[in-house]
Amino acid sequence: MQVAFVVLLVFAAAILAPMLHRLLGRRTGWWLALIPTTIFLYYLSRITEFQAGGSIRYSLEWVPSLGLDFSFHVDGLSYLFVLLVSGIGAAVLVFGGGYLQGHPLQGRFYSYLLLFMGSMLGLVMADNLLLLFIFWEMTSVSSYLLIGFNHQDDEARRAAWQALLITGAGGLVLLAGILLLGGITGSFSFIQLLEQAEIVRQSPLYLPILLLVLGGVVTKSAQVPFHFWLPGAMSAPTPVSAYLHSATMVKAGIFLLARLNPVLGGTAEWHYLVTLMGAVTMLVGALMALPQTDLKRFLAYSTVSALGTIVLLLGLSTTLATKAAIIFLLVHSLYKATLFMVAGAVDHETGTRDVLSLGGLVRVMPITSAAAGLAALSMSGFPPLLGFISKELLYEAKIQTPDLSPLLLGIGVLANMVNVAVAVKVGIRPFWGRPGRACCEAHEAPLSLWLGPMVFAVTGLLFGLFPDLATPLLEPAVSAVKAENVDFTLKLWHGINPVFLLSVATVLGGVVLFRLRDHIRRLGNDLRRFSGLNPSRLYDRGLQSLMALARWQTRLIQHGFLRQYILLLVMIFGGLLLFSLLQMQEGSIRWNLSGIHLLDIALAVVILLATLTVTRTRSRMTAVVALGVVGFGIALIQVIYSAPDLAITQILVEMLAVILFVFLFYKMPRFSDLSSPGRKLRDALIALACGGIVTVLVLKAVALQIEEPVSSYYAQNSVLEAYGRNVVNVILVDFRALDTLGEILVLSLAALGVVALLKLKQKSESSS
Amino acid sequence: METVLAFITGILFAGGIYLLLRRSMSKVILGLLLVGHAVNLLIFTAAGLVRSRSPLIPPGSERLSPPYPDPLAQALILTAIVIGFGILAFALVLAYRTFAVTGTDDVDELQESAP
Repeated sequence: MQVAFVVLLVFAAAILAPMLHRLLGRRTGWWLALIPTTIFLYYLSRITEFQAGGSIRYSLEWVPSLGLDFSFHVDGLSYLFVLLVSGIGAAVLVFGGGYLQGHPLQGRFYSYLLLFMGSMLGLVMADNLLLLFIFWEMTSVSSYLLIGFNHQDDEARRAAWQALLITGAGGLVLLAGILLLGGITGSFSFIQLLEQAEIVRQSPLYLPILLLVLGGVVTKSAQVPFHFWLPGAMSAPTPVSAYLHSATMVKAGIFLLARLNPVLGGTAEWHYLVTLMGAVTMLVGALMALPQTDLKRFLAYSTVSALGTIVLLLGLSTTLATKAAIIFLLVHSLYKATLFMVAGAVDHETGTRDVLSLGGLVRVMPITSAAAGLAALSMSGFPPLLGFISKELLYEAKIQTPDLSPLLLGIGVLANMVNVAVAVKVGIRPFWGRPGRACCEAHEAPLSLWLGPMVFAVTGLLFGLFPDLATPLLEPAVSAVKAENVDFTLKLWHGINPVFLLSVATVLGGVVLFRLRDHIRRLGNDLRRFSGLNPSRLYDRGLQSLMALARWQTRLIQHGFLRQYILLLVMIFGGLLLFSLLQMQEGSIRWNLSGIHLLDIALAVVILLATLTVTRTRSRMTAVVALGVVGFGIALIQVIYSAPDLAITQILVEMLAVILFVFLFYKMPRFSDLSSPGRKLRDALIALACGGIVTVLVLKAVALQIEEPVSSYYAQNSVLEAYGRNVVNVILVDFRALDTLGEILVLSLAALGVVALLKLKQKSESSS
Repeated sequence: METVLAFITGILFAGGIYLLLRRSMSKVILGLLLVGHAVNLLIFTAAGLVRSRSPLIPPGSERLSPPYPDPLAQALILTAIVIGFGILAFALVLAYRTFAVTGTDDVDELQESAP
């Protein structure tokens, strides 16, 4: 029960947040942070349960016919994510409260942020994959709202739209994959999927499923070539970036990959696809991070690189690699959240995020500087921080991959060197370097802006010094990803071995990269000129062509020419009718010519001639008269074939119609010859074809009797139940009286319309 | 007779569709009326033709005795005739007003002059 309750609680808070903000004012962030803090502490208190391999389940039927249930399953992996989402979420709420203080839409900001948090919590706890998909899309939508929060800014709107389109499209692809999975196993429950993992891997649909699921992961977790939305998403307020990069959104793809590892993982396809995808992303992210100058841009590209690293490790899917992936996930969340918030605090206090003009901030912002320094050291993998342990494990996992080892190690070392350089540029130089232009008028950030970063930075240090503190969190997660019990012992110091030497080389290389930063930036600027084919441009071009396509097809289909619409309708329905007539075997057409009276023939000839006259005449009066002849001819048919009521009505209506026509046609222009002879011929042919089809339809209908006519009921009961002898009238005013009421209503409305249109005439004429 | 009526229905349909495809609004309305006639006749014929037996229950009898014409089809057509007249009246006045305001009864020209 508590599981669903947690999600509901956060969503309820999201709805109430704007009101609370009005009531509580400046301190709202602190109060709202109590909710994720409570969730965090509640789950932390159950740590021994999870360490023992326990899990929480909760299920409530929603739409059983679709296999969709509110079923949740919190295992070790979910547990780690829940702690990250709620813990970092609490810090972000507090930070956002300080960062956006006085912003007119702050209440709305809290609301979006909580919605984001709730969606992410739901995502990581969902057992039913369809439910997971729903939360997955909710994170896309809420991140759209957050990225576009400064909605008056063009760039923010564009970035939000881009993120939504890319992750939304990926979501649809993922849904297709989930549906295929459900089709194979007959259930959308992850727990049941796990039991049938072997069947899934043997299935001929395995590769399509894998590709579709990866489609979702690639877009959500910003893997190459869909990485560009993530740096764009920096238009979001900094607290959002901190959350989006560390615990939510981009980590959703990672979560799904880890979640489905026991089902889809372990095959050659998985190994090569996922690993190479991660490796490329790691490399591209690292290379693109180097030439930046904006604090947040550095961090955004380094997130791309880090996400690539985790994906790569999950692709290797050895126990060691999985351990490395999970611990790196934790490390990255901690230092990335810290560094983003630090960047936000620096921006807030100095008004700039440009590294070129920042320096020497340690004198005015000592606490922020300390947090930044610790996070930067963790990011570069210095002992005794958790980042060091993580990096050692990472190298070890790569060394132990037989077929890809040299490639992965090469890219990995390079990416980590860049990490070191970025860490120095973002976390060290602005604070400890030479005082820059924007420095000495700044003040230390308020408590709300440094508390979160400080807590995370210190956590990174504590976990590094006492790795045993971290293992209870990591062990259940790794066990869940591997679907078996994994022992996890972490040590800070492994002695001098190849891995350690690689670490040393990495740090040295990183420092060299940092020294060469000006050259690299120049090189980067030179290269940018040749980047005509980058995915971001392709995205823009694709979007433009999509819009052009939409305009083109609208012009083509919705052109506004009435006759073309009618032509299309007539041809489609004529075609459909013909098709079904040809399909129909029953009921052969009888050419029953016996019993035809002379009067019938005479009537038919008259109607035929009158119809021809209506269509051919150039005179309006002739047309009206001929139309009257058609109407009276039909009335006569009704007289002959036992429909006196119809005949009476028809004659009355026909008289009124002729009068109306005469009155109004008199004021309308004469008929003129507007269409070309070719068009007329074409229209005539189409019309005749449709007429022919209808003739066949009538003949067929006469020959067929599929059901006993319902009218026998009326024939039997007209007198007995309704006390009327004219059965047609009894049907109209008694059996189907409501229909007749509707008819009266329609006529009244038409009459009102006529009166209104005619009155309008007088008014406009008198005023003109 | 069904065969003859089937052909009349087809001819009315053809004439109606041809007129619906004209550019003059007046002709489109004439076409509307012809198609209306055609549909009524279609239902009338398809329900089965019975000569000289009204759907009236004679005094002293409690029910219609077969063969009788289908009263339900007749009720439907009666409704259709009346509604068709309502539509016709409205369409005619609307076309007239459109002409009075725009000065044309050519539907193509109306589209081209639309904003």
